Amino acid sequence: MQGIRNIIARTFNGRVGFNPSLRSREARLAYFMIAPAMVLILVIILFPMVWNIVLSFQPIRLKDLATINLLDFNQLSLDNYTDALDRHFWAGLKTTLSYAVGSTILAIAVGLWAALTANEEFRGRQFFRAFLLFPYVAPLVSCAFIWRLMLDKHIGIVNVFWGLLGNEPVGWLTARQMPVSILGFEIMIPVALIVLILFEAWRYFPFAFLFLLSRLQAIPEDLYDAAKVDGASPSQRLWYITLPQLKVVIGTLFLIRFIWSFFKFGDVFLLNGGSAGTEVLSIQIYNWLYARRNVGVASAIGVLLAAFLIFLASLYQRWLERQEN
Amino acid sequence: MQGRETLTRDVLETTAAKVLRVLSIVFFAVITVFPFYWMVNLSFRPYGDVLLHPARMIPRWQDVQQVFAPLTCLSDSASEQCRLAIANSSFAAVLIRFNFLTFIRNSLIIAGMTVVISLLISVPAAYASTRLRFRGRGLLSWGILLVYMFPSIVISIPLFVFFVRIQNALGIQLRSPTGITIIYLASTLPLAMHMLRGYFTTIPSDLEDAAMIDGATRWGVIWRVTIPLAAPAIASVALYVFMIAWNEFLYALLFLVDAPSAWTLPLGLQQLDSQEVPRTFLMAGSVIISVPIVMLFFFFEKYFVSGITAGSVKG
Repeated sequence: MQGIRNIIARTFNGRVGFNPSLRSREARLAYFMIAPAMVLILVIILFPMVWNIVLSFQPIRLKDLATINLLDFNQLSLDNYTDALDRHFWAGLKTTLSYAVGSTILAIAVGLWAALTANEEFRGRQFFRAFLLFPYVAPLVSCAFIWRLMLDKHIGIVNVFWGLLGNEPVGWLTARQMPVSILGFEIMIPVALIVLILFEAWRYFPFAFLFLLSRLQAIPEDLYDAAKVDGASPSQRLWYITLPQLKVVIGTLFLIRFIWSFFKFGDVFLLNGGSAGTEVLSIQIYNWLYARRNVGVASAIGVLLAAFLIFLASLYQRWLERQEN
Repeated sequence: MQGRETLTRDVLETTAAKVLRVLSIVFFAVITVFPFYWMVNLSFRPYGDVLLHPARMIPRWQDVQQVFAPLTCLSDSASEQCRLAIANSSFAAVLIRFNFLTFIRNSLIIAGMTVVISLLISVPAAYASTRLRFRGRGLLSWGILLVYMFPSIVISIPLFVFFVRIQNALGIQLRSPTGITIIYLASTLPLAMHMLRGYFTTIPSDLEDAAMIDGATRWGVIWRVTIPLAAPAIASVALYVFMIAWNEFLYALLFLVDAPSAWTLPLGLQQLDSQEVPRTFLMAGSVIISVPIVMLFFFFEKYFVSGITAGSVKG
């Protein structure tokens, strides 16, 4: 099939008098122009991606990293994988999934709410939009430290207000669980994990907000006019017109944010280092590398996660194709 | 009857929406501005005051004066009084005693170099992939996106191994500002190319064709026609790449932690986080990192917003 297409293309080009040497010169220039970018990406991103797979089958410790023969392929084994997939890993996977799903949904929901608010005309809307982007633009390290101080058990402003309600101060980032009574039932909630999800949603809702707002502004006005004539109330217009129009953007946002939250390292590392029931898998990778100094197992977890990511991306691709049909 | 019912529902919902909107605006203003206000507030207060009055909303005047006191010492910094002023001012202490002046310089150099080289490489690459015909064009645009989505925590392990081995084999230390700049370049290039490609496809190539017919070379056309036309997109790419390089933490932690003189601002701030350092100094450091990026963002907000939706910047 490909061959036939090539033949047709060649004949067609010949007939309109396309100059083949000009064409190959153009291609040569193109390769020259993209070469620096390709070389960098190949060496710094793609090569490590592939090499990671090899490393994950080798027994490598951090201390003999500089001396070990990395081209010795006689010792390849699945040991790193069996070491990686311990009880810890499965607990970490569960934490990571709750963290990623929770923060993704919350960030998109809050972003949608902000976008709907900013879509209406009001005085100071420009300022409002600019302020909304603050959490996203500010450096992660400062955001994390601000939250840590605000949530501090002794000097945190949150505990001051919490105390005004007659409660004991809580270490929001260090408490694994806290009993909460809802309708007379006492349930344990994972405090630190929830706070981490709130942080993630706070920091990344502006991202969802911008995408959703630009999509909202592209919805044709006459759709709403027609609905008004038919007597649809504001809530009905939101449900039957606005939300369906946003479906594809929300799906895309869900995938992007899910992947990025799933692999989030810095946010968790800086807020509480993955303690108190928040040890997500990226923190486990770091700990395998630095605390347990085992490079092989760290790469093995990396490979597993990358495979999961590719699986997700292909699911999304399928979904997108169905939406387009 | 039916008509009146929907009318009242309509009026009711419209009023509710208005009230809800006011509440929403207040809510969002509080959650986005208050944390940063709090950072500034804490950075201006001595730690003892924070311990005693955690809820003080506005710093006392004498505390603000104490923060600015070292400014009077610019002419002679040797006197005992001045040493005390520097030690007591959170900002002066962070900048001088905790070497933030060096970190600012490091961050500026690394982020600046990343922006310049990234543009030099990505503009021709994006031009080629939208304007020139060559085999593998489709694969290129698809591959860029895939590479861009790939998480840095996974790449960092083999990269670490790679850099250690290069040092061993060739004697080149890549766990250094140079190595970090190369990593930032490679990880921002897919984004830069993706954003520029998106913009180039919206510019009609008529002008370029006309210039070519008038006898201009390909490079001449890029320099005199394409780049001026794409200036807004180039500005937003520069802004993003700068922001990513300025804020980046993970690679800096993995590759620079052993060389304190090479620390970037985020790493320097994170390393400040210990029991001996007053928490208010951490906030002063946070202000120092955040101010440049927030200022940039305020001046170039227009490019920022158009850029984010075009490139879906990682975060």
